[in-house]
Amino acid sequence: MRDVRDALMVARNSDGKLIRRPLSPHLQVYRWPISMAMSIAHRVTGVGLGIGALLLTWWLVAAAVSDDAFDSVQWFLATPIGLLLLFGWTLALFFHFFSGIRHLVWDAGFGFEKPWYDRSAWAVVIATGAATLLLWIVGLAVW
Amino acid sequence: MSGTSKTPKVGIMRSPLGRARGLGSAKAGAAHWWAQRLTALALLPLTLWFLCAAVRLIGATRDDVVSWMAGPLPLVLMIALVIATFHHLQLGLQVVIEDYVENDALRVGGVLLVKAIAVLLALACIVSALRLGL
Repeated sequence: MRDVRDALMVARNSDGKLIRRPLSPHLQVYRWPISMAMSIAHRVTGVGLGIGALLLTWWLVAAAVSDDAFDSVQWFLATPIGLLLLFGWTLALFFHFFSGIRHLVWDAGFGFEKPWYDRSAWAVVIATGAATLLLWIVGLAVW
Repeated sequence: MSGTSKTPKVGIMRSPLGRARGLGSAKAGAAHWWAQRLTALALLPLTLWFLCAAVRLIGATRDDVVSWMAGPLPLVLMIALVIATFHHLQLGLQVVIEDYVENDALRVGGVLLVKAIAVLLALACIVSALRLGL
């Protein structure tokens, strides 16, 4: 026992064994409801899109600077790493786009009923997958 | 207001709860919230436009980009997209930093750094777009 407060944390489990009580529930003991995953994913994709903004900046600045600079961006984006970055970017963009619409609907004062919560979350997931797939099918066909 | 009075005036206008917590008001929270929603709304059509343009520019040469950007609509929309994107981005990153960084100096410093970088990147994009399109 490192602290006198630990005395309050001692308990017995159903086998009669002494155990340390868990603290208040943290992330790892929650069942993951879809609404929680959506909220976290909205923030994560938002931060990730910051990296996408760096990519856009590089592309625009290179196009304005010289042929060599522009060629190197276009070359990088066609490498496996570049394609992976672009794929992640479109996925994050579509997710943040559709999830953002869900947030704007809440901000307008609608959609707070529980069934709508879950259904709109799955709609965002499906729309994100479909839009990303469609964009890449069209993109690869054009390329 | 003469400065000679020794009566402390700070905190008199605060609610008891506000005084106990000592955190002050939310300051510019409403303006921040509104700006984030406004840029989000603007980005809905701008993003769709950008994705259509990006697909058409797949495999483009630099000359293709120049001739595309020379039209008045792409130039204006690209600059609008850049402004809305970086404004929305720095507002969002500010919230993330404020949520997770407890140290005052790191938090304020981090927010200021993010804002400075966002402004500089946005300016780099705008200048580049103007050089391409004008």
